Amino acid sequence: MFASKAFKRVIAGLVVGSALVAGTSLPREAAAQAKPEQYFGIPSFRVGPFAAAGTGFFGGIIDYLNYVNATGGVNGVQMVFQECETEYVPARGIECYQRLLKRGNQQMHIFEPLSTPIAYGVLNRVDDDRVILTQFGYGRSDAADGRVFPWVFATMTSYWSGASAMINWIASREGGFGNLKGKTITHLYLDNAYGREPLPVFRALSKKFGFTLQEIPVAVPGIEQQSQWLQIRQSKPDWVILWGFGAGMNSTALTSAARINFPRDRMLGIWWAGSEEDVIPAGDAAKGYFAVANVPPGRQYRLIQEIEKTIYGAGRGNLQDPKRIGTIHWNRGVVAGMFWVEAVRNAQNRFGKGQVMTGDQIRWGFENINLTPARMKELGIEGMMPVMRLTCEDHEGAGVIKVIQWDGTRWVTVTPDWVSSDRKMIRTMVEESTARYAAEQKITLRDCAKEK
Amino acid sequence: MLYREAGQFRTSYADDARIFPLALDKYFFVAMLAFAFIVIPNVASQYWLTALLIPWLIFSLVALGQNILTGYAGQLSLGSAGFMAVGAFACYNFMLRIEGMPFLVAIVLSGLSAAGVGILFGLPSLRIRGLYLAVATLASQFFIVWTLDKFGWFKNYDPSGVITAQPIVILGYTFNTAAEKYVVVLGVVSVLALAAKNMVRSNVGRSWMAVRDMDVAAEVIGFRLMYTKLLAFAISSFYCGIAGALFAFAYLGTVEPSAFSIDMSFRILFMIIIGGVASILGSFLGAGFILLLPIFLSLLFHLVFGTSVDQSVLSALELIVFGVLIIVFLIVEPHGLARLWQITKERLRLWPFPH
Amino acid sequence: MASVQVFLEVLIVGLLSGVMYSLVALGFVLIYKASSVFNFAQGAMVFFAALTFVGFIELGAPFWLSLALTVGTMILLGMATEKFVLRPLVNQHEITLLMATIGLTFVIEGLAQLVWGVDVRRIDLGIKDVPIDWVADNTGMLISQLDLFAALIAGTLVAVLAVLFSRTKVGRALRAVADDHAAALSVGIPLQRIWGIVWAVAGVVALVAGMLWGARSGVQFALVFVALKALPVLIIGGFTSIPGVIVAGLIVGAAEKLAEFYVGPMVGGGTETWFPYVLAILFLLVRPEGLFGEKIIRRV
Repeated sequence: MFASKAFKRVIAGLVVGSALVAGTSLPREAAAQAKPEQYFGIPSFRVGPFAAAGTGFFGGIIDYLNYVNATGGVNGVQMVFQECETEYVPARGIECYQRLLKRGNQQMHIFEPLSTPIAYGVLNRVDDDRVILTQFGYGRSDAADGRVFPWVFATMTSYWSGASAMINWIASREGGFGNLKGKTITHLYLDNAYGREPLPVFRALSKKFGFTLQEIPVAVPGIEQQSQWLQIRQSKPDWVILWGFGAGMNSTALTSAARINFPRDRMLGIWWAGSEEDVIPAGDAAKGYFAVANVPPGRQYRLIQEIEKTIYGAGRGNLQDPKRIGTIHWNRGVVAGMFWVEAVRNAQNRFGKGQVMTGDQIRWGFENINLTPARMKELGIEGMMPVMRLTCEDHEGAGVIKVIQWDGTRWVTVTPDWVSSDRKMIRTMVEESTARYAAEQKITLRDCAKEK
Repeated sequence: MLYREAGQFRTSYADDARIFPLALDKYFFVAMLAFAFIVIPNVASQYWLTALLIPWLIFSLVALGQNILTGYAGQLSLGSAGFMAVGAFACYNFMLRIEGMPFLVAIVLSGLSAAGVGILFGLPSLRIRGLYLAVATLASQFFIVWTLDKFGWFKNYDPSGVITAQPIVILGYTFNTAAEKYVVVLGVVSVLALAAKNMVRSNVGRSWMAVRDMDVAAEVIGFRLMYTKLLAFAISSFYCGIAGALFAFAYLGTVEPSAFSIDMSFRILFMIIIGGVASILGSFLGAGFILLLPIFLSLLFHLVFGTSVDQSVLSALELIVFGVLIIVFLIVEPHGLARLWQITKERLRLWPFPH
Repeated sequence: MASVQVFLEVLIVGLLSGVMYSLVALGFVLIYKASSVFNFAQGAMVFFAALTFVGFIELGAPFWLSLALTVGTMILLGMATEKFVLRPLVNQHEITLLMATIGLTFVIEGLAQLVWGVDVRRIDLGIKDVPIDWVADNTGMLISQLDLFAALIAGTLVAVLAVLFSRTKVGRALRAVADDHAAALSVGIPLQRIWGIVWAVAGVVALVAGMLWGARSGVQFALVFVALKALPVLIIGGFTSIPGVIVAGLIVGAAEKLAEFYVGPMVGGGTETWFPYVLAILFLLVRPEGLFGEKIIRRV
C-alpha cells in the first residue's frame, strides 16, 4: 500500500508543521504589549507579473515606517506592520484584507493594495470595517468625492486629473491650447477598465480643444502590438499617450515604436508606464520617452537621503538591491507611507498625543492633511510633493504631475514645476459620476459642513 | 467498528436508489449540514466567512459545473470563468433594469442566460474532442470578457467600467452581514449540489457518462449525441452562471469583466482534477485545495518564519511548496482527493481491526 | 502609402510574428508527441530559461558561456521533470499528467523568482529591433531586423529538429514512442531516456523562444503569457505535427494582425485576444484534428 504510507507521511508533515506554528507564535504575542503601537496591514505582492512594482512600492512604505520608528515614532508611538502576499489576485487580496484586519487586539485602519481589482473587491467592506482605502494613483477616479466615498481616497492625483494634466502639458509643448486644433493624439491603452478610465476626459478635451483623438486598445496582456503600431504609422499622430501597465506592455510599446521609427519624444506615458522597470527592457528604444510622475524619482531629497543613511546604513532596508533607492516605485512607496504617518500624526494632535488612533480618527487625520511649504521642509520632501491639502469633500488633493524623460540610463525631471490639471472640469465630472453612483446605490451624501 | 454497514439491508428498489444507503452516512451528512447552516454562521469570524468560506462555496459550485461538463460528460472545457462573467453581469442587469426583481429569480435568470451562452459555445463540441475542444472553448472565455468589456451597456455605462452589485433582498429581508450572505450562498450551493447529485445518478447522468466513455457507442445504442452534449454544456453553464452571480453579489460586490480571467478558468479546471473527476465531493475538495491551500501555506510560513526571512523569498517559497504538493498528491492518488476519501471510508469499515 | 503596400506590410509583420508563435508552440508539440502530455509548464519554462540566461550574464559570464550554462540548466530541469514527475505517473490518464505539469508550473515560477529575483531585465542579442534600412528605402515598408533574425532562427531550429526526428536513431525511437508507448518499450526502446531527451530539447526550444521574446519585451514574468499565444496555433496545426505548427503559426500571425488592423477599429479593437481562437474553431469544424494532426479513426 504505497499510497497510504505516503499519504500518512504528508499528514504527519502537516501535523508537525502546525505544531511548530503553535510553538513559535506564543512568545511573540506576549512581548508585543509593552509600547503603544499603531498597527498597519501591508498587502504586498512580491511574486507574479507585477512583482517589480510591488517590491518597490511596498518596500518604500516599509522603509518609511521603519525610518519613523528609528526617529522615535509618532510622539513615541511605534509603527508596526504585518505583510500579506496578494499575488495581485483579487481573491488573495480579500483574504489578506480580512487576515490583516485584526491582529490580536490591534486593528488595521488603512488598506493600500496597489491593485485596482483588489481595491474593488474591498470597496464594499471598508465602510463597515472603518478602514481607509487609499488608492495612491489608481482605482476609481470619482473616489475623489469624499461625500459619496467617505472611506476611499484617490490620493494626490487620480487618473482623470492625470489625463487632463497630460493634455495641458502637451498643449504647453505645442505652444498653447490654440495649437492643439487639428493635431492628432493617440490614446494607446491596455484594453480593460484601467485603460478606458481616462477616455471620458480625453473625449471631452478633444471636443474642447479641437484635436483628433484616436483610440487604440491593446489586448491584455499587451505583449503583442504590431498591428496597433501599424495603425499609428498610418495615422501619423502628433502624440501617443501610452496608458499601459506592466513592463511587458510598456517596453513592447517602446520597441514597437522604434520599429516604425515613431519618435520616442512624442510619446507620453501615464505613471504606470513610467518607472525604470518599464523602460530598461526596451534598451535604446526608450531613449527620449516622456512619462508623467505623481512622485518624481531621485535621491536628492533630504528624506530619501536620511532613509538611506538610517535604514540602509544599518542594513535594515527592505529592498534587496539598494540601487533601487530613489527609483519611481520606491519613492512613490515612501510618499504613500508618509501620508499614512502624517494622517496618524494629525489625528494624534487632535485626539491625544502618544495614543493609538482608531479608524475614524485616522480618517480625520487624512482629511486634514495640509502640506504647506513649511511642513514639507520639516518632512524633507520639498520638490517631491506639491503643496496640497485633503478635505472631507476632496479626497484627491493635488491633481498635479511632473513630466520626466528617460535619457537612456535614468529619469530626468523636465518640468521643474508641477503641471496642473483642469481641476474645475474634473471635479464636475467627478460629481456627475458620484451622483449617478449614489442614486444607483441609494447612498445619502455625507454632509461635510457638519464634520469639522 | 463505528462505521459499519452490517445489518442494513436493502429490501426494496427505493432503498437501493438512496443517496446514502448507509444510515451512518446519512446522519453524518445531516449533522454536517446542520453544523454548516446553524453553528458556523453564529460562531465563525468575519475572516473565516468572507475570506475563506464564501469564496470556497462559490468556487465549489463552479467546480461542480465544470465537473458536470468535464467529469461526467467528458467535454474538456476552459471557459468556466467566461460563463461566470455572463451570470454576474446578467444578474446585475436583471436587478438594475427590472423594477422589483426578486434576487432569487434574478439568480435563476442569470443562470439561464449563462446556459444559453453555454449552448452556443458548446456547439463546436459536436465535432471537436479532447484537448482541441479545450482550446476551442477558450474562445468563449476571451470573447465573453471582451464583449462585456467593450460594450458599456452591460455595465450601465459606468465610467470606470465596473458594476457594483445591488443589495441582496429575499422576501423583504436584506442580507447584509457576512454571516447572512454566507447562509444565502450555502443555501444555493446546497440545493444545486443536491440537484447535481441526483442528476448524475439518473438517466441524464448515465447518458453523459455513456457519451464520455465512448460517444460513437453511445450514439449506436440510442443516445442523441447533440442533445446530450448540449445539455451538459447548458447545465454546466447554468451552474457557472449562478456561481458568477454569487461571486459578484455575495463575495466581491464590485466587479470588472477582467476579473473573470483566463487564469480563473484554468484554476477551476485544476480544482476538479485535483479534487476528483466525476465526483460531486471532489468538486468541493478540489476547490478547497486550490483556493485554500495557498492561504494555509502563507499563514504557516508567516507563523514559522515570521519576519526573520525576506518576504520576497517567502512568497516564492510558497509557490514552490504549493506546486510540489500538487505533484505529490497526484503521485499519491492520481484520481484526486475524492478517491482518497473513499479509500479512507473503506478503511474505516474495518477499523480498528486489521481485516 | 498605397493600400496594397500597407496590406503587404501588415501581412509580412503578421507572418513574422507568427513565426514567434510557432516557436513557442514547438515546445508543446515536442513533448506532446513523445509523451502525450500537454505541458502546461511550457510558458514557465520560457520565462525560467530567459531569466537564467540573463542571470548568468549579470553574474559576469560571457554570452556563449551563459548560453551553454543555461542549456545545461534546461537539460537538468528536463531530466529532473522526467524522473520526479513523469516517471511516478507513468500510465496515468492524460488529464492527471496535465495537472502534474501545472504543479510543475508553480515550482518553476517560484524557483525562477527565488533564484533570480523579480527585477525586469533586458537582454541584448546584438541585433536591434529597428527597421532594415535597405527594405525601407526600396519598398517603403518597415521590417524589423530582429523579426527577420527571429524568423531565421526559428526556421533553422525547425529544420534541425526535423532532421533529428527523421534521420537519427534517437529520432526513430522518438517516433516509435510517439506511436505507442507500450509497444516501443517492448521492443527495447529506453522510454525514460527518450522522455528525458525530449524534455531537455523542449527546454532548449523554450530558451530560444524566451531570448527572442525577451529581446523585444524584456525578460520578466509576462513571458509566461506567450504560451497563451501558442494555443490556437497548436489546435490549428495539430498537437503532433512539427510542420503543422509552423504553417499554423504563420496563419494565426497573419490573420490576427490583418483582422486587428482592418476590422479592429470598426468594433473597438482588442480583437487579438479572441480572434485566433475563433479562427481555430472554424478550422477545426472542417478538420477536427487540426491541419496536420493525425486522423483518428474511432472504432466501437
